[in-house]
Amino acid sequence: MVVLLRRLGFYVVTAVIAITLDFFIPHMIPGNPVEAVINSHAGAIPPQAAESLYAQFGINVHEGLWGQYLRYWDNLLHGNLGLSISQYPAQVTTVIHSAIFWTILLVGAATVVSFVLGTTIGTVVAWRRGSWLESVLPVSTFFQAMPYFFLATLLLLFFAQDLQWFPNHGGYEFENTTIGFNGPFLADALHHAILPGVTIIGASLAGWIIGMRNMMVTVADEDYVLLAEAEVLPPRKVIWYAARNAILPSVSSFALALSFVVTGSLLTEIVFSYPGIGDVLYQAVLGEDYPLIQGIFLIITFVVLAANLLADVVYVFLDPRTRQEA
Amino acid sequence: MTNLEFIHAPRAAVNAAPVHDAVLDIRGLSVDYGIGPNAVHAVANVDLTVRRGEVLGIAGESGSGKSTLAYAVTRLLRDPGVIVAGDATFYSRTDGSPTPRAVDLLSDDKSVIRSVRWSEIAVVFQSALHALNPVFTVGKLLDDVLAAHLPQMSRQARRDRAAELLDMVGITADRLRSYPHELSGGMRQRVMIALSIALNPQLLIMDEPTTALDVVIQREILEQLMDLRDKLGFTVIFITHDLSLLIELADTIAVMYAGEIVERAPAKALFRAPRHPYTYGLLNSFPALHGPRIAMTGIKGSPPDLRHVPSGCPFHPRCAHAMPECVVDHPPMLRLADAFGTRDVSCWLHDSAHTVPAELALTHDAASARVGATTTTEAQA
Amino acid sequence: MVTTVVDLANAPVEGEAPEVTRKRRVAWLPRSPKMIVGLVLLGLFVILAIIGPWLAPYDPGKIVVSTTQDPSAHHWLGQTQLGQDIWSQLLVGARPTMVVSFLAGAIATILSIVIGITAGYVGGWVDDVLSMIANVFLVLPALPLLIVVGSFLPKGDSANDLLVGGVIALTGWAWGARVLRAQSLSLRNRDFVEAARISGERTWRIIMSEMVPNLVAILAASFLFTVLYAIGTYVALGFLGVLNPAVNWSWGSILFDATQGQAVVSGQWWWYVPPGLCIALLGTSLALINFGIDEFINPRLRAAGLSRKVAKRAGVPRTPQLGFTPVTRRNRAASTTIAEPAAIVEVDR
Repeated sequence: MVVLLRRLGFYVVTAVIAITLDFFIPHMIPGNPVEAVINSHAGAIPPQAAESLYAQFGINVHEGLWGQYLRYWDNLLHGNLGLSISQYPAQVTTVIHSAIFWTILLVGAATVVSFVLGTTIGTVVAWRRGSWLESVLPVSTFFQAMPYFFLATLLLLFFAQDLQWFPNHGGYEFENTTIGFNGPFLADALHHAILPGVTIIGASLAGWIIGMRNMMVTVADEDYVLLAEAEVLPPRKVIWYAARNAILPSVSSFALALSFVVTGSLLTEIVFSYPGIGDVLYQAVLGEDYPLIQGIFLIITFVVLAANLLADVVYVFLDPRTRQEA
Repeated sequence: MTNLEFIHAPRAAVNAAPVHDAVLDIRGLSVDYGIGPNAVHAVANVDLTVRRGEVLGIAGESGSGKSTLAYAVTRLLRDPGVIVAGDATFYSRTDGSPTPRAVDLLSDDKSVIRSVRWSEIAVVFQSALHALNPVFTVGKLLDDVLAAHLPQMSRQARRDRAAELLDMVGITADRLRSYPHELSGGMRQRVMIALSIALNPQLLIMDEPTTALDVVIQREILEQLMDLRDKLGFTVIFITHDLSLLIELADTIAVMYAGEIVERAPAKALFRAPRHPYTYGLLNSFPALHGPRIAMTGIKGSPPDLRHVPSGCPFHPRCAHAMPECVVDHPPMLRLADAFGTRDVSCWLHDSAHTVPAELALTHDAASARVGATTTTEAQA
Repeated sequence: MVTTVVDLANAPVEGEAPEVTRKRRVAWLPRSPKMIVGLVLLGLFVILAIIGPWLAPYDPGKIVVSTTQDPSAHHWLGQTQLGQDIWSQLLVGARPTMVVSFLAGAIATILSIVIGITAGYVGGWVDDVLSMIANVFLVLPALPLLIVVGSFLPKGDSANDLLVGGVIALTGWAWGARVLRAQSLSLRNRDFVEAARISGERTWRIIMSEMVPNLVAILAASFLFTVLYAIGTYVALGFLGVLNPAVNWSWGSILFDATQGQAVVSGQWWWYVPPGLCIALLGTSLALINFGIDEFINPRLRAAGLSRKVAKRAGVPRTPQLGFTPVTRRNRAASTTIAEPAAIVEVDR
């Protein structure tokens, strides 16, 4: 438990650093960012939005930097991330709120499936060393190097454009469905989620396969695996003795992987015009909606930190040695 | 050191009848690491018979092939280990059967080998720290073994048996819920022993089981082990680099050098009157616990590179008594019969054509004089 | 055959692996098929990055007609909605993509050396602080952060390639630093480093002359990994339009144009497939080299111990099966020594 508390402390510090970066980056750019934004939009920004921009950036001509920073925190703690420019006068929090749900569901489910599938395949490939199964590895390497959005584009082309098995954009059908917890809507949403989900799984699977395979090969040299074989435990159990240990580095490298997955998933959403945070981010970049971009950065950071904390809990659960420490 | 009478016995006669009280019979076993010209010859042409109920000690420096021999016989040797020659037969004598069942460990089907593994031949690994799976509790490790071999056993019965096994090795049952890292080194080794005797095996192979432990713990565990052996009646192959340990523990000792057995003798005979120069060197490279002060001579030089084993007798570069033929011809295994019983020595010196150096030809009286002090303390113990 | 030689040389003998000559190991490295394919592919892209702009038949930014065009004899990959030649864009795009990625990889590697090795070597509170910083950068989602930074970068007439490379490096050094730290920690206590320290060598000299040479393989792997990361990130930034698409001709920006030009919907695969494939192949080449280095660092990862031919001739299964040491008794009769007692000597003592 001490381990988890320490990790929690670390995530809090990381969140504070992220928030501080979010505040300081606009301030480090020479000139007044708000003026720059207003100028680049050439009068398209309503005066209230301009005010909100000042508030969002914490820029106050009459206040020192420290005061601005504190005000920024004050706003943040009240759940105020300012107003969106591109979707004015919507609150940034509102815009993000309606999108983040889709992303967490899509990326979360795809990541879990990818992890379980990749780890399983990696285990099997490692256990059947030298067999044809090992040809999975170079193929995986190719997929690992392929950018998510490129895979997304190819899937879109074949399965949505040509074969028309799946819809080519969106997260659900606007017509004929009522959003909510009802059968037709869920089925429709699932139908829309398959291609983006397959993209994320397809692009991230290779990493888990290779990671698990390499760890399994390394762990197979351990005495406890040989002991399991010597004890004539059933083959499944012997593999389990090895895999149960080999999976630990995969779980602990989750943080690194998640950063990649989030990046890739954002791009995947853009290709499929999926109504998640990636698409909102894309629109925000196109519309130079700085408050929204910054808000999205913060939210994604928080979600990633939460996911990491979850991975840490799982790790502590899986490795008894961490439980005793400290 | 009187008249040596040399009898050329026909080889068949020595080999003739299989030794009927044997548990394990190894004939001409050779093990390589790797294949082809670069192969390392880790074990070369080893003969060894393990008699039922005895403690057979295998001694040698690291790299002498003693562990390789044990793992090869059980077929647990890892890649790139390859058994290139020989036979190994396990004689299984389960309760009630009049004649032992022979299992050819090198030729029989995998399922046959699996049928004797652990239930009849168990191994105590060198490092319990590495052999006990770190993510499972002691209870689960014991339970898995019992469940795999005794499917008819109920969950509760397995739990009771696990507690009983821990009790047998001197650990309280509340440790069933402990993970290996929560145990001390000695306790981990005890758990390892509990695992190995879980199925009441006939043969227990112990690979340096106490090397990593301090002397006090080592002694405790060995005493407990010998008690268990008296109670359960298993045969032990005890592998160690510590020859002094074997002298107290073993009935028979085989000394290995460069993958070969150089001397094989009853423990007392080997200790009192070593016949091979290497055995003599080993015995003089560590102090006896009791007895008069003797200068420690050790053995000059370093263990051979197994990829380039010296010609002739592999020990000749380090041997104080090396002769010209030692460099050229491999010495035959000679069976010596003397006042200490019979033993096998692979050394040209004991060929009738040579004069044996005094220290390798101790008579019964001379040996008694040499280790007289030890004998008295032994008697007291 | 070569792999076999090394594997056998690495064979453990009772826990004491025989010394492996350096020469033999290095000789193995370039002969791994994965390594060769990776190096050849990478070489092709390097050449493309050097000569690509000269090969380009047109100015990639030159606006001619205002509709998209299908591939033709003059425009092999067609034209954008602004009439720009896509083939020229692809050729010109190799350079910024490669330059930024390798620059980012280089800067990140230098950062990870400085921070990782310092943390591992110096230890104590320095290690705590540096590790903390590395972990923070490891968890922070890089792309959104880069978009925040990138969207505030001045969008001048020239592409800010160097600046972008630097910023990508800032988000990509942490992984390498963590790996190097772990390795330095174990290296620090080795005899030769200890010896240098006792003899009063300066810390920096020890790090550069004693530690770094021993970390070369890991450094190379870390560099390639970072370059791979930088490619993905740079392409993503281009694809998102964060880099000014009017002046940036990276492959990512071509994909941005293709998306804006509805290339996928209208079936103009020649617009987005070539740059996408280039990115994937470049990434694969790096990943393959990395794979080779991984196998070099950790010989256990190599596909199998023996080549099929050698294994078959020896009568050994190619895949070692745990718990069943192979038995080949070809030379049963050819044993050189006689193990059975050749004679019984009766000694009267």
